[in-house]
Amino acid sequence: MLQVNNINPLQRVALRFAVVSLLFYGLCILEGMLMRAHQIKFDLFEADHYFAIMGAHPIVGIFGSSFMLVFGAFYFLVPTLMKKTIYSQRLAELTWILMTIGVGIVWLSGFAFRYAALYTNYWPLPVSKEFSPFALGTFAIGNIIIMAGVFIFCYNLFATIFHQRDEKNPMGPMLISALGIDGFINLYRRLTRKGTEKEPIMPLPIVAIFRGSIDTVLDAVVLGGMSVIFLIHAVYSFIGTPLGYHWFDALLYKNIYWWGLDLIADGLVLIYIAGTWYLLATIISGKPLFMQNIARAALIVELVVSWNVWGHHLLSDQSQPNLMKIVSGEMVTAFELVTMGIAVFITLFTIWQARPIKMTPPLKFLLGGILGFSLGVPAGIIQADLGMNRILHNTQWVIGAHAHMQLLVGLGMTLYAALYTLFPMLTNDVKLKSNRLTNFHFWAHLIGGIGMSVAMGFAGMDGMLRRTIYPGDTTFQPQMIAAAFFGSLMILAYLAMMYNIISSIGIRGLIEIFIRLPKKLKGAAETAIQV
Amino acid sequence: MIDSSNVLSLMKVVYAIYVTIVITLIGRFGIGITRQKKEAAKIGPFQKWVFYGWIGLLVFTGVGIHILTFNKIPWVKWDLNRHKLRADQEFNIAISDYKFQLPEKKLVIKEGQTVRFNLESMDYTYGFGLFRKDGSLVFQMQVVPGSKNDLVWKFDRSDNYTIRSTEYSGPKGGNLFVKNAVVIASEGVFAQLKNRLETKSEI
Repeated sequence: MLQVNNINPLQRVALRFAVVSLLFYGLCILEGMLMRAHQIKFDLFEADHYFAIMGAHPIVGIFGSSFMLVFGAFYFLVPTLMKKTIYSQRLAELTWILMTIGVGIVWLSGFAFRYAALYTNYWPLPVSKEFSPFALGTFAIGNIIIMAGVFIFCYNLFATIFHQRDEKNPMGPMLISALGIDGFINLYRRLTRKGTEKEPIMPLPIVAIFRGSIDTVLDAVVLGGMSVIFLIHAVYSFIGTPLGYHWFDALLYKNIYWWGLDLIADGLVLIYIAGTWYLLATIISGKPLFMQNIARAALIVELVVSWNVWGHHLLSDQSQPNLMKIVSGEMVTAFELVTMGIAVFITLFTIWQARPIKMTPPLKFLLGGILGFSLGVPAGIIQADLGMNRILHNTQWVIGAHAHMQLLVGLGMTLYAALYTLFPMLTNDVKLKSNRLTNFHFWAHLIGGIGMSVAMGFAGMDGMLRRTIYPGDTTFQPQMIAAAFFGSLMILAYLAMMYNIISSIGIRGLIEIFIRLPKKLKGAAETAIQV
Repeated sequence: MIDSSNVLSLMKVVYAIYVTIVITLIGRFGIGITRQKKEAAKIGPFQKWVFYGWIGLLVFTGVGIHILTFNKIPWVKWDLNRHKLRADQEFNIAISDYKFQLPEKKLVIKEGQTVRFNLESMDYTYGFGLFRKDGSLVFQMQVVPGSKNDLVWKFDRSDNYTIRSTEYSGPKGGNLFVKNAVVIASEGVFAQLKNRLETKSEI
């Protein structure tokens, strides 16, 4: 059982992030299955209710669950790896509180006010008469609070990396190393045989975290900025003088919005993921990372790539210039395959060097994560083609074979690998109760995630659109039944994991991560648990 | 001529094979790393060249797919050169308040003709897609308000297609479809249909 008195503040804050993240994940998969049931033709909801769920679903999943788990892990890992103190414990606490409140408010905007412009928020739908000013204002406030949490996380993270409290270091070389430029310098020295290669100052995972967080800031600037505009519109509508919405060009808006939004998918996720794989590979194998300089250099190349790939979201927009479609939409996007492929090879080869190696839960989940991205990234490259996009854009292929494959299998399993690695570190060696449940979690999530994404992918190739309901039409029912079956496996996987974790740390331990319980309750709670 | 249904059928086979291969490879890797190695792993020039070869393969695949589709899928060239292409027929379609405003009740096209669709949105971002009877997609494009949204397509086989908005435009957008609104007809049938439509419109 978890003895909360013995854990330090850094462990406690990371655990808080993890608990909130897992609860939001539960909500997210529940929403997913409700929508799935509706698609099978159970016809559970009115259209506005269905799309309100669909609007909340990615916010809960991405910011409430994925970002929360990533931020918690990084708040623990960055000071630990750098052997430094965290810049501000208070700001770390403020981060999860703000993000939890923000996600809750966004969810409420859908649940209570039926706000449903979805995460794309294509102009002018959000500010139109389709949604009440209450709905728009609530969504905007929630989103602004989430982005405030994101900013605070990045500020605290950057300050932790560069602060000079524990040891004085020159700033210039630290920044060069944090950006991965020393990897390039070492490669240059090796190729030209001039000078000697130097050991980089920053550990490679820190380079990935720092680099990914630059994209996180930019993404928050765009999403937060748009939310401020939404809020201004909501206020003017509320006081009875709605603003005209033709001053913002819909295509320009789409470009700006996708530039920011795509930094989540193609920027920070892939970069954070690469960093996490490298860290896990070195921990699991006990070997130095294969081709470390290339890995560092690839992270800075990814900076160029992630800032220029948004064009693949606009391949079906006929006014978008052809040059942008070809350069940004096709060619730069193709380099996502290269940077992700480099990370896959380096991680697998590093592990391969250490064989024979025990198949532990973190290793299993790491391989599952690599499998997810190996299936999901090429699916994205296929749709980022002028010819294929014409017949795949906005179909279930995009959201199934590409997005859900990457998010549920690729990102999800990588995060679980990190969770199972960090669990003993965060709980002072609390052992998970059941290996069988961990194994069940692995196989049910893997089979469920791949099965559901592939079923959606086939529905997409058969012409089923995303963000669309087909009342009274059973054309795509077989694919949706298959997706629901595999989705149910993921629910079971989640329940198995939660039961395993909660029974390992105890209900009292779980509650005491957040609030201190009175001592009297301790005896009663323990008796209840024993019973 | 290659049709989108041909491309999608081939894609299903390729995707199924790809998924099977990747799962098998990662599975084999997972088994392989738990087994005793025959000799100590060393990082020599061979391993490095395998790595550089892998990067080369990724670049080749990433860029090659676009070169392949440019040369094999006809609508890529239609799309990139559509401002130069002369269309046999042209349809101007507006979308407003979740309704398609079609120029005629049925858009009748003669088999083998090249058609330009000009779409205009009066309010939100919509989509414009043609779907076969089995639900599969012929093509789609975005319809963005304030922008020129045109698409050129050549129809080479008789069929009936449903028009549907392919972009989410709010909860009411789900009803934005017109069943069998596009009719591709052989020359003889085309003349008859045109006559019938013209008679109806005169009445």
